[in-house]
Amino acid sequence: MLKKTLGALALTSALVATQSVADGHQIDLSGKTVEWIIPFSETGGSAKWANFYAPLLSEALPGNPTVVVTFNPGAGSTKGANAFQEMEYEDGTTIFGSSGSTQFPYLLSDPRVRYEYSDWNVVLASGTGGVAYLPPELSAQLGDGGDASALKGEDFIYGSQGATRLDLVPLLAWEMLGLQVEPVFGIEGRGDGRLMFERGEANIDYQTSSSFLSGVTPLVEAGTAAPWFSFGALDADGNIVRDPTFPDMPTFKEVCEATEGCETSGEQWDAWKAFFVAGFPAQKMVFLPAGAPDNAIATFTEAFAAIQERDDFAEISKARLGVYPQLTGDAAQTAMASATDVPQEAKDFVIKWLSDRYGVVLQ
Amino acid sequence: MEVFATALPALSDAFAMILQPHVIGYLILGVVMGLCIGVFPGLGGIAGLSLLLPFMFGMEPVTGLALMVGMVAVVPTSDTFASVLMGIPGSSASQATVLDGFPMAKKGQAARALSAAFASSLFGGLVGAAFLTVFILAARPIVLLFQTPELLMITIFGLSMVGILAGRVALKGLVAACLGILVGTIGEGASSGALRMSTYDMPYLVDGLKLVIVGLGIFAIPEIVALLRRDKAISDRAPLGGGWAAGVKDWWANKWLSVRCSLIGVVVGVIPGLGGSVVDWIAYGHTVQTAKDKSGFGSGDVRGVIGPESSNNAKEGGGLVPTLLFGIPGSGSMAIFISAVALLGTGSIEVGPSMLKNNLDFTYAIVWLLALANVAGTIICIAASGGIAKLTEIRFALLAPFLFMIIAFAAFQSRQEIWDLVALFGIGLLGILMRRFDWSRPAFLIGFVLAAPAERYTNQAYQIGASRFRRGFEEGIDYIFSPIVIVLIIITLLSVVIGLRQAKNIQAEGTVAAGSKRAPVVFLLAITAYIALTYWNAAIIPDFARMDRVFPVFVATVALIGCALLLVQMMRADETSAIFADREAEGADDNVHGLWATLGWFASLLVASALVGFILALAGFLLLFIRLRAGKSWGYAAIYTAVGIAFICAMAWTLNRDFPPGLLQAYFDLPWPLT
Repeated sequence: MLKKTLGALALTSALVATQSVADGHQIDLSGKTVEWIIPFSETGGSAKWANFYAPLLSEALPGNPTVVVTFNPGAGSTKGANAFQEMEYEDGTTIFGSSGSTQFPYLLSDPRVRYEYSDWNVVLASGTGGVAYLPPELSAQLGDGGDASALKGEDFIYGSQGATRLDLVPLLAWEMLGLQVEPVFGIEGRGDGRLMFERGEANIDYQTSSSFLSGVTPLVEAGTAAPWFSFGALDADGNIVRDPTFPDMPTFKEVCEATEGCETSGEQWDAWKAFFVAGFPAQKMVFLPAGAPDNAIATFTEAFAAIQERDDFAEISKARLGVYPQLTGDAAQTAMASATDVPQEAKDFVIKWLSDRYGVVLQ
Repeated sequence: MEVFATALPALSDAFAMILQPHVIGYLILGVVMGLCIGVFPGLGGIAGLSLLLPFMFGMEPVTGLALMVGMVAVVPTSDTFASVLMGIPGSSASQATVLDGFPMAKKGQAARALSAAFASSLFGGLVGAAFLTVFILAARPIVLLFQTPELLMITIFGLSMVGILAGRVALKGLVAACLGILVGTIGEGASSGALRMSTYDMPYLVDGLKLVIVGLGIFAIPEIVALLRRDKAISDRAPLGGGWAAGVKDWWANKWLSVRCSLIGVVVGVIPGLGGSVVDWIAYGHTVQTAKDKSGFGSGDVRGVIGPESSNNAKEGGGLVPTLLFGIPGSGSMAIFISAVALLGTGSIEVGPSMLKNNLDFTYAIVWLLALANVAGTIICIAASGGIAKLTEIRFALLAPFLFMIIAFAAFQSRQEIWDLVALFGIGLLGILMRRFDWSRPAFLIGFVLAAPAERYTNQAYQIGASRFRRGFEEGIDYIFSPIVIVLIIITLLSVVIGLRQAKNIQAEGTVAAGSKRAPVVFLLAITAYIALTYWNAAIIPDFARMDRVFPVFVATVALIGCALLLVQMMRADETSAIFADREAEGADDNVHGLWATLGWFASLLVASALVGFILALAGFLLLFIRLRAGKSWGYAAIYTAVGIAFICAMAWTLNRDFPPGLLQAYFDLPWPLT
């Protein structure tokens, strides 16, 4: 009953938000159900992201199909991605949402990976950023521009989800700054890492932008945490610039420049930047399966573009996604290319670093 | 005082928000949906909330909340039906209810057990809400006091409950618990990602086994098979008079027990990271330890129902604390709850620290919606319990295929692979054998549930502690032995001592006669072999991943010593000793059917599913089972099958789920639900 009533409501509102469709180059999805596969559990960040977009996508697609998010978790998302690789395009009713945790094993030649990004067709790329923060007493020791030189003797504890996950980016950053950081593995989400920081057990942490805004900002106001740097954002030429969500914070690049011994060139920096670009500016992407025709790709691309043109998009997306580019079309292609096409030297460097530093052997 | 100045107006605003007809209406709608889902074992709040999620977008915040809270709040109430009537733990919250609730149902006291459970649930829910109203404003610093060593100690305290549930031979209970822990460590290690008892060639095991499958396998399958072999109704005698009123009286007579267990529920629920899966065991252990006459536990003492049921609804209130204060979900359903709240209205409300500050009225609305949902859910459940209890008088051969269908469906939700069914069957077989030879299944389950937190907190406390010791000896000692840790150590020691002294009197699963020596020895040797294999498998983990090696090696060592001592005892003891308990020896008269023939039916369902997919296999299974095993006519069997298939399809369609595909589906594209 409820389903029907609300379905009718959605339909009415969709009719109000008039569409410019049916000129032949779009596929019609009326009466169909689009299945959006998320290779994680119902409880993660990708679930939030897909649940945010799903009702909007339903309104924006021609024919207003029902959009359901289904979850196929396992093996750090490689299971779901492998399953998606097996699928072929049928009628545009299957899409897939990947995340940084899908990208990294792919880049690091994880033996479980049997998928190939270049077979898929990207229709949306959502970015995010990250912010590192410290307890106030340690933050007070920072030099000009976030110079970390004074912290080199400190014994740091960092709650980590695993060195081969997105945490690779902050872990490598700490190391480049010369910090003695011991990662405590086995936490289940970044929220647990923040809790560990709040309990005083961890004394360095990072959160993605939206989690920082909701979870750490109150701590900053209460004086129990102090932001240090953001990872930054990419400009049109691929340079790291200040994160538009945190324009007052220095970027990691600035902090690195200010800190003695940290180089913003050379293979270590190139590897860090490559994996940052792979993990954050295009963290979550939506794909159509291999073999999708142009009109299907165009249909979904236009739908995602239309969602961002909604008058209320800025308002409703701010809390859920942060102020980050939601790229479609050529921009999404470029973002995907830079996120999945990491130079071999950077891969080799990180694979060697993981094995030397953490004993992780990806075989 | 200042606290109250902000709290009281917010509280009255919250009541103004809740007490509107349409809000109450949505709440009751949520409650009814929650009851319908919770009744089915294995389908908890996660399935229900995922069902609601698509409708949350843009919904008026308070009505959306009413719908969701209504659903979440009553799942631990309604899952009692399965625990009491079928002996199947409906969800992780009501595992301990099975121990005494199901024997009561067998004795024809199902309605009494149910209403005692519901009265306790209601009370626990209200205590939880009342506690939360006061506590939530002051909770933050208290929750932050629970650092990793404290969490580890609480986990160990939970494990110490094994002592009281170990059964007549304490060593067997210990080995069972270790075995549960070792099964819980299967898969990728949390620290370094080393594989334990699994390979990348079998991706299913890499993620480990899920609680749904282990819970259903270890408790539900053995009970179903045992009941089927007797071929009678669940209740072996005519229902006793009194019905639901007797249960409410029982609760009133034990109201202080109920108060204590509710507080246990709230306190353990408040601590993030443990979830609620141990609460009911701790409450059960407490109930037994504080009771004067312990002889009835395990064979149908109503206090064994009141204790855990008081705690599991109170836990939902406690579980809201980490969710609301820190934005960190205490359970899977809370994680969905958080993301659903963000979809409500304009999306301006976000669960977490800011909500408490900016939307205190909203926070209180959640708390009291929870309490109201508990009241509504309990009234509906008590009203329905008399009727639903009649299920225990139906001939079991007619009930079993239906139950098995639902269990298989629920298990399949774990990973949506055919391997889910294989795992269910495998664990079920282990459960059957453990039941037969009187190895404590509760001890196994506690071990399984606590394996992951025990390992995680051990490793983390070790790492962080080592770092503190590097800074200074005193700082390290202060970290490891905080006052809370010391208190917990004392409680744990007391609980173990009391537990072991009394364990002999508490037969959590009734008495079992002893039979010949051979079968129990063979079973022990098989278990020893598995544990030895686990030991070897963990011991070869290389040094760089040693954090993933230490824990399983340690547990396996303890278990192997236990096994060796058991073997020695077995060599010395004579045939009538309790150590040789074997249900086959006593049940020979009752059992109409053989064990392997009964199990063969389910094995054939599994094999057929692998070949032609679940729905086709199920249709054949239902038809043949009702015709051949239950001895009904073909017409009856056909109607039964049609109703069963229609039911499961309707459920899958509503929840938007598929069924396990088989080999056939790999070659042909079939329409849903055959896919």
